[in-house]
Parts: sequence; structure tokens; C-alpha cells
Amino acid sequence: MATESIDYASPDTKSKVESKIFPRPGQHVSGLVDWLTTIDHKKIGLLYGLTALFFLLLGGVEALLIRSQLWSHNMEVLTNREYNQMFTMHGTTMVFLVIMPLSAAFFNFIMPLQIGARDVAFPRMNTLSLWCFIAGGLTLNLSWFFTGGSPAIGWFGYAPLTDTRFAEVMGDMGPDFWVFSLQILGIASLLASFNFITTIINMRAPGMTMMRLPVFTWMTLIVSFLIILAFPAITIALAELMFDRTYGTNFFDFLEGGKPHLWQHLFWIFGHPEVYILILPAMGIVSEIIPVFSRKPLFGYGLIIFSGAIIGFMGFAVWSHHMFTTGMGVVATSAFSILTMLIAIPTGIKIFNWIGTMWGGRIRFDTPMLFALGFITMFMIGGFTGIMHSSVPIDAQHQDSYFVVAHFHYVLIGGALFGLFAGFYFWLPKMSGRLMNEKLGKLVFTLMFIGFNVTFFPMHYLGMIGQPRRTHSYNEGHGFETWNQIATIGAFVLGVGIAIGVYQFVNSFFNKKLKRAGKNPWDARTLEWTLSSPVKEYNFARTPIIKSRDQAWENNYGPKEKHAQKETLGDHGVHMPDHSWCPLVTAVGLFVMVLGLLFRQTIEFAEKFVATPYEIAIAGGSLFILGIVMWALEGPGGYHLFPKESEE
Amino acid sequence: MSEAAANSLEHHEPETSTGIPNKKVLMWAFLGSDCMFFGTLISTHLIYRKISATVGSNYLDIRDLFDIELTSFSTFVLLASSLFMALAVSAIHKGNLTSTRWMLFGTIIFGGIFLACQVYEFTHFVHAPGNELTLSSYRGEPHVFGSTFYVLTGTHGTHVAIGVLWLVGWLIYSFTGKMSVSDALDVECCGLYWHFVDIVWIIIFPVVYLMEYAF
Repeated sequence: MATESIDYASPDTKSKVESKIFPRPGQHVSGLVDWLTTIDHKKIGLLYGLTALFFLLLGGVEALLIRSQLWSHNMEVLTNREYNQMFTMHGTTMVFLVIMPLSAAFFNFIMPLQIGARDVAFPRMNTLSLWCFIAGGLTLNLSWFFTGGSPAIGWFGYAPLTDTRFAEVMGDMGPDFWVFSLQILGIASLLASFNFITTIINMRAPGMTMMRLPVFTWMTLIVSFLIILAFPAITIALAELMFDRTYGTNFFDFLEGGKPHLWQHLFWIFGHPEVYILILPAMGIVSEIIPVFSRKPLFGYGLIIFSGAIIGFMGFAVWSHHMFTTGMGVVATSAFSILTMLIAIPTGIKIFNWIGTMWGGRIRFDTPMLFALGFITMFMIGGFTGIMHSSVPIDAQHQDSYFVVAHFHYVLIGGALFGLFAGFYFWLPKMSGRLMNEKLGKLVFTLMFIGFNVTFFPMHYLGMIGQPRRTHSYNEGHGFETWNQIATIGAFVLGVGIAIGVYQFVNSFFNKKLKRAGKNPWDARTLEWTLSSPVKEYNFARTPIIKSRDQAWENNYGPKEKHAQKETLGDHGVHMPDHSWCPLVTAVGLFVMVLGLLFRQTIEFAEKFVATPYEIAIAGGSLFILGIVMWALEGPGGYHLFPKESEE
Repeated sequence: MSEAAANSLEHHEPETSTGIPNKKVLMWAFLGSDCMFFGTLISTHLIYRKISATVGSNYLDIRDLFDIELTSFSTFVLLASSLFMALAVSAIHKGNLTSTRWMLFGTIIFGGIFLACQVYEFTHFVHAPGNELTLSSYRGEPHVFGSTFYVLTGTHGTHVAIGVLWLVGWLIYSFTGKMSVSDALDVECCGLYWHFVDIVWIIIFPVVYLMEYAF
């Protein structure tokens, strides 16, 4: 690199305590240490994405096992209990370990670039949320190896399934792993969201007003607010469940005065905003892609933002539509029914705005655009069945049938996953610096689109003729076989499509034969496309002064007065924060402490080294506190870079 | 903020779009989230309060157990600690280290008294002869009041304890000779947290205790 750099230590930094236990890696680290101690939002985003893609394949295998079991009547591919474990793990994995972290990967990588920032507001906290996410994923999947295997309670964990007295296996630890992994994942999501909110509110480049923010950044902000307001409900519900399981409280214990119904309320008061946490990022991505490939500015920018905010706001007022059949009374069900119908309006506005953007545009059908169009059509089908469910009598018919499974997979695969794949095909050249093979991309889209529809469209019909969901097998004579077999074939096609897609994403970082992307391969509109691909560690050599909403496009085609200007570099140059071990140490401490709290019996590491759960928890807790104290004392640290203006 | 303070913050705190320091935005976002934590717990308590008003066939009168004088005293102490905290923040902004130290010390002591009262109260409730309130029972019969009561007030107590530990951290730091007016923002964030925990108690005290005497 041609940049000259100097070692930097301000008087303040020098006065801070230099840790002797975890010496800070310097400016020039590489390899494993670099990735373990990184605080660069771009590397963190890549790690988020890579881990989530791994879990996508894992959750996909679980789904294929479920589909194999349902191939024909009375199949025995999985036992009852294994089947329950599979759909529990599949649901939990896909929601918390795939869709949310994939969104977080884009939030991390793209959002700071879109607002003209050099990093997020709290880089080390960002690293901590990454490691917490990975620790949560590990905790959940460790459950396979302990008493009772993985949880068999559904991703919703309805009481009293989680009650220790009704456990199928004595001393079943599955639900404990589930509770604690969701708690760690909650910490990861909350920390990331605090960070993103602060970054978007406070670290915009000069001239980047709120109404000039790209739609994806706006959706990041809205989703972050949803997360910080919705996650506390499940955190407390899980804490109450933990007390029930471990210390004998009676929150959800109907034999001793508790109400299992309360669990459903607390779960869905989180669970419904969670649905929007999953879908709004995809909507943001699609709102970025459609204008680029239609060669037109986004139609109705303000309305799209406002609709997103309204969806987020109303998302907190519709949770009970998941509970229409629990007997809440006429008034409550009617109110939630009406609100659920109303929430379709802002969603519809967005869809019309995307269509309006394409109307009269010169549309290019590159892979990102194909996925974006797939998103709109598939999400609309999922949306329509959603509106059907807002009607209480129809919902009562569909409840717990495969129709519901079809509905939410249209929203979560056809919607969220297609949107995220669109994001990968759109932004990976920015991340890897290389363009992906268009033909292979179109093959992936074709396989996924066909496989997805063949899998899930028949489920509407299966649900209507009465196949119940979450049920291990069905008897002969219901006429379920044919459509189940078609769905299973479709699932394998979808699986192959996703596997090729994941291979293509990972490959694009290593295959040197792929074409170089250059700064702006799609002729796109937002600020990240003014930077080189892959993006330099300091993002912007000079902070841009923003003059308009589609700044990259205006720079190329707009009148002179709308071109972005650059701030001059100060005497200190670009201040880069140092790498740090503290986030990793803190997360490892948390992970060990959680394992200690989980175990009920003594663990033998080797023949002579035996530890009680209590000791493990203490050891983990000490490491956790040590990490935080070192973190507080080491300070941000840093060094200065002086890149030339052309090097960005 | 005095001019000296503004200058010393310059290097640490880059200019932000809103003019509000990043750490403060973070703290407010966290407190907004924390509102929802306590909101969920308080809702749980209120929902069960009327549903489970009886033990077996006997009407449950929790007033037999509550020691409202003690709780009122500890409430007063906790609220008074907020004054010390505000004075500590004001002192560090002015760069008055001695005063900061004393005010931090006062906040810690008052927070400690509150915690001690809570520990006494919990122990007393669990062992009250004939009126034992445990996590899972009241007067030996399965009950929910103990579950919601201990988990709600215990979560608040944990918040206070974390606050006290944070303040002790500052107190120790003030003796290292490195504390200066440039730490004012960090102390202020600590203060925001402390005031928030107090405000939550202002809601918990009427909802959990006083309401038992009114409705």
C-alpha cells in the first residue's frame, strides 16, 4: 500500500493502562490474529455473512430431513422426537442464525459506507456482538451432544412443552440450551442495534440529511429500533422460563397458578416485530436494487420510508393474530384483526412504489434484479395469504395446518431470503472486488425460484385438505402423498440452488480468474459505489460532502453543483482505532459462564480434572468481567493514516 | 460545560451529526430498551396480581407480610442517592475531583443501604413465620406472587447492584490520579443509568407495594 503511516499515540492514549495480559495487536497484524481481533466493520460483516451461510446450509439439511420424513405416509426416516427436534432446530436456526445475521452482515458492511462514515460508532462493541452471535449459535447446536439432545419444543417454545415435568427424556437439557442461546443471541442483536442507531443518527457525512439517507440505511435504523424495543419482551420471557425450569417459580406452570397463555403473549409481542425485523432489511435491499437496474430514481422515496416506519410501529400492535384460536374474547380478536388488515396498507404502498420505479424504466435483468423481482412476486403471495389470516374465521380454519407453513415460507424464503440473495449478488463485487459469473447466478435463481415454488405452493392445498403442521407422519387414505412428494422434490431442487449460490459467494473471494469489479460495476446510485472494490480499510480517504440523495449517480451524470465535494484531511490524518482482544475475551467468558449455568452435573474434562457447573460459571464470569475491565482501561487507542485523495 | 472541558473533549469526541456525543445516544437507546425490560416484568406482575389473589381457598392479603415502613425508607434513600449522583456529575464537569469523589461515595453508600434493605426484606419474607413467601409458594401453598415479586424487584436490585459496582469502579479510578474533566461524559452516562434505575423504582414502589393498600 502506498499510504504512508505513522505510529500514533496521543498523550491520552499513553496515560491509559497498557494491558500485559492481552497485549494489543499493533497496526500491522495479519492472518488469524487479524480476524480474531478485528474491529473493522467490513471484516465483521464478512464474518457475520460467512457464519450465517454455514448455518443456512445446516438449517437446510434439517429441512431436507423433515421433507424426507414426509415423503409418504407413515415414513420412519426420523422418530417422533427427532422430527420435533428437527423442526425446532430448523426454525430457530433459520430465524436467529440465518436471516437476522445475514441482514446484520449487510448492515455492518454497507450501512457505514452509505452514510459516508469510516466505521460504526463503537467498533469494539461491534466485534463483541459478532462473537456473541457465534457463541449463541454454538450454544444452540451443542445441545445435540447432551442429555435429551436438541430441544423439541418448537421455535416458539410454547408452555407447558418447556415444563420440566413434561419432558420426554429425564433431565432433558435441550430447552435450557435453547433458552440460553437465545439470550446470548439477544445480547448480540441488542448491542449491534444500539451501535447502528448511534451510527446512523450521529455519524452521517456532512450534507447527508435524514431524508437523503439511502432506503437500506433507513431500514437499518427502523429494524434497529424494532430490535431494541422487541427483544426485551423475549429476554424477560426467557428469564422467567429459566426461573421456572431451574428455581421452581410458577410463571407458566398451570398446575401451580401460572398461565401458559402469558408465554404466548410475551413470545409474540416479541415474535411479531421479529417478523418485520426479518423482512424490512430485504425490503431495503430491494429498494436499492430496483432503481439501479431500472435506470430511474426510486419512485416515492418519502412514502417508502414512511411506510417502513409505519410497518415498524404497527408491528407492535398486531401480535395477538398469532393467537386467534386461544380464546381471547371477541373484542380483542376483532381489534387485532382490524389492525392486521391495516398493516397491509403500508406494505402495499411499498410494492406499488417498486412497480412505479420500474414503470417506464430501462430494465436490465441481471441476477440481483431477478432476485429482486422474485422477492416482489413471492412476497406478494405470502402477503396475500397473510391478509387472509387476518380474518378470524379463516384463521381458525388454517390454524396449525400446512397452509400456514406455506404462508410464512413465502414471506421468509420468497421474501427475506430472496431479498438477501439479491443483496449478495448486488454487493458482493463491492466486498470481494470481483464480479460473479452471471450465467451461474441466473442458474441459481432459476433453481431457487422453481424449487421454492414447487415446494411451498402445494402446501397451500395440503393445508386446505387438512394436513396438520408439526406432525411427524400421516396415515394412508388422506390423499396427502402426491403433493408431499412433489414438495419434497422441490425442496431438494431449492437445496441444490442454495448450495450452488453459497459456493458462488465464497468462491468469489478466492477465484482470481473472475473479472475485476471496478468502482461501480452496476452504474449504481449510492455512496458506497464511489469507493474502490474491495473497500480500503479507512473507507473514505476524504470525507465526502453530500449534495444530493443519489450521490454516486449525480457525480457521474448530474450538474456540477450536485457533485460531492471532499473535506480536506486534517493534520492528524485518518484516525484508525487499534485491534483489540477484549471483545473476544468478553464473549468467551460469557459463553463459558452460560455453559456453567446450563450444566446440572459435574463435567469431566480429563480423568483428573473435574469441574462442577458452579466452578465453570465462576471461571467464565471472571473472564467476562476481566474482559470488560481491560476493555474500559485500554481505551480506543489508534494510529493515523494519510491516504492520498485518489486512494479510496 | 466549561470551555476547558470542551477543549479537552475535542480529541476524544469527534463532531457528530446531531451534536450529541455518541456515548450519550447509546445510553439513551439502551435506557429505551431497558424500559421494555421492566415494562414486561411489571406487566407480568400486574396480570398475576388479581388472577392469583387467593391461596387455596383463602384470600391472600400480602399486607400481612409487607413492611411498608422499611420499604418507604429504602425508597427515600434510593431517591436521595440521585441527588448525590447529580452533584457528582456536576462536580466532574467543573473539574472538582475532591467533590466528585465525595459525591460518588455518597451515591454508593445510599445505593448500598437500599440493597441492604432489599436483602433484609427478601430474607425476612422467605422466613416470616406463618407467612413464608418463596419463589414458588405462599404459606406453604403453590403460588405465583412470590415468582413475580422476587423476579421483578430482584431484577431492579440487580440493576442497582451493577450501578453500585460501576460507581465503585469510578471511585477507585479517582484515586489513580488519572481522572480528569475529560471523563465527565463517561461519568454522566453512568449518572443517566443511575437516574433511570431510580425512576423505575418510582414506578415499582406504587405498583407493587402501595397498590396493595389501595385496591
